[in-house]
Amino acid sequence: MVVAVILLLVAIGTVLFHFLSPWWWTPIASNWSYVDHTIIVTFWITGVVFIAVIVFMAYCLFRYRHRKERRAEYEPENKKMEWWLTGLTTVGVAGMLTPGLFVWNQFVSVPEDAAEVEVLGQQWQWTYRLPGEDGVLGTSDTRLISSDNPFGLNPDDPNGQDDVLVDSDELHLQIDRPVKMLLRSVDVLHSFYVPQFRAKMDLVPGAVTYFWVSPTRTGTFDALCFELCGVGHYAMRGSVVVDEEGDYQAWLQDYPTFAEASAAARNETGDKTKLVLNEDRALSPGRPLAERDASQ
Amino acid sequence: MAYFIPTAAEDVAPAEVAEVDLYHPKSFVTKYVFSQDAKVIAIQYAFTAIAIGLVALVLSWLMRLQLGFPDTFSFISAEAYYQFITMHGMIMVIYLLTALFLGGFGNYLIPLMVGARDMVFPYVNMLSYWVYLLAVLVLVASLFVPGGPTGAGWTLYPPQAILSGTPGSDGGIVLMLVSLALFIVGFTMGGLNYVVTVLQARTRGMSLMRMPLTVWGIFVATILALLAFPALFVGAVMMTLDRILGTSFFMPAIVELGEQLNYDGGSPLLFQHLFWFFGHPEVYIVALPGFGIVSDLLATHARRNIFGYRMMVWAIVIIGGLSFVVWAHHMYVSGMNPYFGFFFATTTLIIAVPTALKVYNWVLTLWRGNIHLTLPMLFAIAFIVTFVNGGITGLFLGNAVVDVPLSDTMFVVAHFHMVMGVAPILVIFGAIYHWYPKITGRMLNETLGQIHFWVTFIGAYSIFLPLHYLGLLGVPRRYYEMGETGFIPPSAHTLNGFVSIVALTVGVAQMVFLFNIVWSAYKGKKAGSNPWRATTLEWQTPETPPGHGNWGPELPVVYRWAYDYSVPGAKEDFIPQNVPPDKVAIEDGHKGLYGAAVQPAE
Repeated sequence: MVVAVILLLVAIGTVLFHFLSPWWWTPIASNWSYVDHTIIVTFWITGVVFIAVIVFMAYCLFRYRHRKERRAEYEPENKKMEWWLTGLTTVGVAGMLTPGLFVWNQFVSVPEDAAEVEVLGQQWQWTYRLPGEDGVLGTSDTRLISSDNPFGLNPDDPNGQDDVLVDSDELHLQIDRPVKMLLRSVDVLHSFYVPQFRAKMDLVPGAVTYFWVSPTRTGTFDALCFELCGVGHYAMRGSVVVDEEGDYQAWLQDYPTFAEASAAARNETGDKTKLVLNEDRALSPGRPLAERDASQ
Repeated sequence: MAYFIPTAAEDVAPAEVAEVDLYHPKSFVTKYVFSQDAKVIAIQYAFTAIAIGLVALVLSWLMRLQLGFPDTFSFISAEAYYQFITMHGMIMVIYLLTALFLGGFGNYLIPLMVGARDMVFPYVNMLSYWVYLLAVLVLVASLFVPGGPTGAGWTLYPPQAILSGTPGSDGGIVLMLVSLALFIVGFTMGGLNYVVTVLQARTRGMSLMRMPLTVWGIFVATILALLAFPALFVGAVMMTLDRILGTSFFMPAIVELGEQLNYDGGSPLLFQHLFWFFGHPEVYIVALPGFGIVSDLLATHARRNIFGYRMMVWAIVIIGGLSFVVWAHHMYVSGMNPYFGFFFATTTLIIAVPTALKVYNWVLTLWRGNIHLTLPMLFAIAFIVTFVNGGITGLFLGNAVVDVPLSDTMFVVAHFHMVMGVAPILVIFGAIYHWYPKITGRMLNETLGQIHFWVTFIGAYSIFLPLHYLGLLGVPRRYYEMGETGFIPPSAHTLNGFVSIVALTVGVAQMVFLFNIVWSAYKGKKAGSNPWRATTLEWQTPETPPGHGNWGPELPVVYRWAYDYSVPGAKEDFIPQNVPPDKVAIEDGHKGLYGAAVQPAE
């Protein structure tokens, strides 16, 4: 009896916790609301099953508790019931998998008009590269990385000359424009995630991975590393600022192109050189966003 | 013939294989130290696993102290924190759960439950324990080498695992990989024993479909282990070569903190595929013995046959098979070919169906039962609650696109703790309360057990349920500290503190359990040979604890399946497997068994 009541309290407590808890996803800022919808569908289907199983168990514990004259039933199996339950479960599972696969298909299919942005990850900082006026990112190679060429760009590739090098942990994106985030690491696995975007992918050294997203509201959002990358993993943070077009263009002007930066490195002059790997971006967990280097 | 219809004594087939030639030990050392008796080996495995498991438990307290109260404990540095989480995870999954379920429960229960005198290769069985102990000692040694143990996370992903930005990349990682290789060698030796004993050494009348589900769970889990561990073995060897010889199996071109390294051309994803090809079956290696054991606990303590035994066996086999084709659901956001996501999400959600069927059958075993709320039953019920919770969150993570926001968050941590850390541990406790009287001849103390149960069940549930919601919020896993962000409210930090307090409380409750184990061995109520009135063979030995050779001069003969509880017409509410049909006492007023018409007394 007591045990049955406690089980019911566990079920009720779980439901109450779910609906009353202040800890829920952070408001979405991207086009991936379908992901949220699929999560809601999953919560409903699985929630009903969870509560049903516990309530039924509580009922059995009460109704069939040991009594001196009680004998349990002898029924080795009931094929009909078992097949029905299997069938219903399959329907429930299909009900979750179907929307899930539809949305996954959208997730892996990048729109044709998506802009491209490169995120460069390394222990333990983020920098970014934009394709510049020609809209094409130049080729790169880890072997080319040096203090004069921290992005490892191929100097012989003409497409790379106008690439804008953002040597800062703050990336700006334009609102309502789909963007394919190309992810490149020069050392270990990382992962670039803005919780409000609901989209992430690991960075794999030796390869270029991607995900795509279309920001749907302006604001400043934390970008964190979501794949263990060594002892500084928890401090590897950046931010993404979603701008209206005018603000975005203004921000773009702050950063040099690869051609400008290379020329400056050769001459060792120039006011826009911020080429050297920023060694003072040391492990500094928990700097509030407001304190971040806002020289842009 | 349906598997639940007993055979008449004269119809039982003769033995096909000669009895195992047992080694008869004479000295203390050969009886209790270098013992070839599976029962002694089982206890050795259990003690070693629990001892190293306690180390991992203490590490979890340190981790929770840091997460609940950051900036408070200055001795917990970031390096130390990452070493704690790595050792905690690896010890718990491999050195505690796998070793205890297979080496501990497998060794003790398989020969007894199938009616054998011992395992079929007793000498190799003995060696398997000492290799396991060596593996544990090598792992412990990694705590003491310069740089300390590895802090690469229990998944040991390259390239970071062997680079200087990760703690323990000097010696710690190498000792970890060597320890894993030794473990795999030992478990191959043991695994061959468990599989071949089940296939070859069952006593007369013990067909496969008459084996208790405990044996089925451990048997299929062992097959999974024999097939899956090699993938981890080769991954460990290749990573060791990358670290020691500078090969590039997993290492692409790398610039490490400004310096070009000598590696090139390797694939970090290759390691992930190898690791998870092992890693996913591994979680079923932990789960399947738990499934089997909980079925037997429910049947015995509800005095009712397990509902749908045949489907339960098929479910174990199908889950085992499917477990080999779902591994990349751990890799949806790894950067692998995204089209793999369609395949693995489908197989992963398919595996939910036989698993759900098992849950229904457990619950249906309670329905129309005669439920005794003993401690094993309480733990079995708590298993069902926590396993359903943990299994359900697996459906979120298995659905590829839902995994995208949730992967590498606390949601994943909550999921695998609930489904692998809470549920199987509850089964282990239930199993210990259940079989302790067989092993020692005494009952565990009921009051201490009730305290242990309620604090552990409600406490562990309260630890991990809220963590799912932190994960939904976006709180990442494997963060030494969260610091300040724009999206995590201060209440989340308070919640972390609360969870840590509960974790420490649950930790204290385990000390009550340990005390109970020791105290009851001397002062516990004497149990007799079959205190739970169970049908399975291990309770029918002539001596309790069972003596050398288990059965005395004659091996048992089996006439019926393992679940003849509450048979209509029988006087007692259970019929042991080795009681022939003509020896079963019939209830007054009944003509026969299994639903024969009731006759009023003359």
